[in-house]
Amino acid sequence: MALTGLFLITFLVEHLYTNLLIFAGDGGLAFNEASHSMVHSIFIRVVEIVLFAAIILHVFQALSLTRENAKARPVKYAVSGVNQTSDWFSRNMGLTGSLILFFIVVHLNNYFVPYRITGTVGDGQEYSIAQCVVLALRHPGYAGLYLVSVIVLGFHLNHGFQSAFQSIGFNNKTYMPLLKLAGTGLAILFTVGFGAFPVLIFLFKFCQDILPLN
Amino acid sequence: MNLTLKVWRQKNASDKGAFVTYNAKNVSEDMSFLEMLDVLNEELVEKGDQPIAFDHDCREGICGMCSMYINGRAHGPQNGTTTCQLHMRKFKDGETITIEPWRAAAFPVIKDLVVDRSSFDRIIAAGGFISVNTGNAQDANSLPIAKKDADDAFAAAACIGCGACVASCKNSSAMLFVSAKVSQLALLPQGRPEAATRVLNMVKQMDEEGFGNCTNTGSCEAECPKEISLENIARMNREFLFASLAGA
Repeated sequence: MALTGLFLITFLVEHLYTNLLIFAGDGGLAFNEASHSMVHSIFIRVVEIVLFAAIILHVFQALSLTRENAKARPVKYAVSGVNQTSDWFSRNMGLTGSLILFFIVVHLNNYFVPYRITGTVGDGQEYSIAQCVVLALRHPGYAGLYLVSVIVLGFHLNHGFQSAFQSIGFNNKTYMPLLKLAGTGLAILFTVGFGAFPVLIFLFKFCQDILPLN
Repeated sequence: MNLTLKVWRQKNASDKGAFVTYNAKNVSEDMSFLEMLDVLNEELVEKGDQPIAFDHDCREGICGMCSMYINGRAHGPQNGTTTCQLHMRKFKDGETITIEPWRAAAFPVIKDLVVDRSSFDRIIAAGGFISVNTGNAQDANSLPIAKKDADDAFAAAACIGCGACVASCKNSSAMLFVSAKVSQLALLPQGRPEAATRVLNMVKQMDEEGFGNCTNTGSCEAECPKEISLENIARMNREFLFASLAGA
């Protein structure tokens, strides 16, 4: 879980950087070029396979842990004070992870499937990927789901990042507080960074110059 | 003070068990939790009822026997203490207190609040020892050990094997217990020669006993009466990783 989780975090850094290009103010040119070069890069295609494998492995490990942990306590407590000794997000990584997985499926269906598999987008009209992003985020349902998902992602990472280091044996009094701080910082960075897309594009109508003329 | 007690009663391991409600009257706030149960048991015996079975021994917080889940907390609401050190002044007059046994597949209930913790013994038997006779205490400084290592080993050795970590973990994981036992020996030169085989064997036994997996929620550390640190779990993970890679 730890290694796959940390690998997936490195992907998020790259993803956030590429996404931010949409705000370059060039009508989505830089964003489209970056997306286009990724589609045609052999290196990215290989990384893509590793990435999908990491997601599947992360999910499989989570399911396996959940099943084993449920078996370890067949009779539950009548009164549980576990909320006094641990925080909600550390105990519900499966739930937050499931929400993130749901979003990933929707997200892939919106962008990955049309651009990489079927080759057709939306109503048959020719849209650039930047236009596709802006059109999707103008939809209140998708923008809402996007925002909720990145907030949930933030909480998932806030626990997950430091937990990953603990699991690989990296914990002592000196650097664990720093790692916890770094995890919280990363969580805020991703939540604010990714959250900026639905907020700015849906609420504040950014990226008007990218929209198709019709 | 007067209290309502909801106590888990179970005749034996195969009995289904259920909560039974008792009224504890005129409880002194200076009593320990176990003394309060002693008084209740005397009343039950006088009435011809079966007393509530619960584990207890030293009653000074070092034997780890007094396993009870009190109002949703291992050893009750006070941090860093066992049930025998918990005083009734920590509760309010008129309060309802729910008392349950440790709940874990690896800690089956024997009777009422008594659970079988021999799974811990089997984990220790799998490697929680050093195989040579170390003789009498040596002269000070004849075997130099860094102060930090000595302190960490001592802190890990404070584990009394009570099982509160398992009881409070949402996954019934025994990682804190096993890691404390691994750490106290791994940190000292006497324990190093067998460190790799020890960690592999103890973890293997822990898994075989049916404990859950650690998801780093930190409940174990928060509930441990000896305040054993999560750092020990990281140390055990490290030891396990290196031992596995070395093919010990």
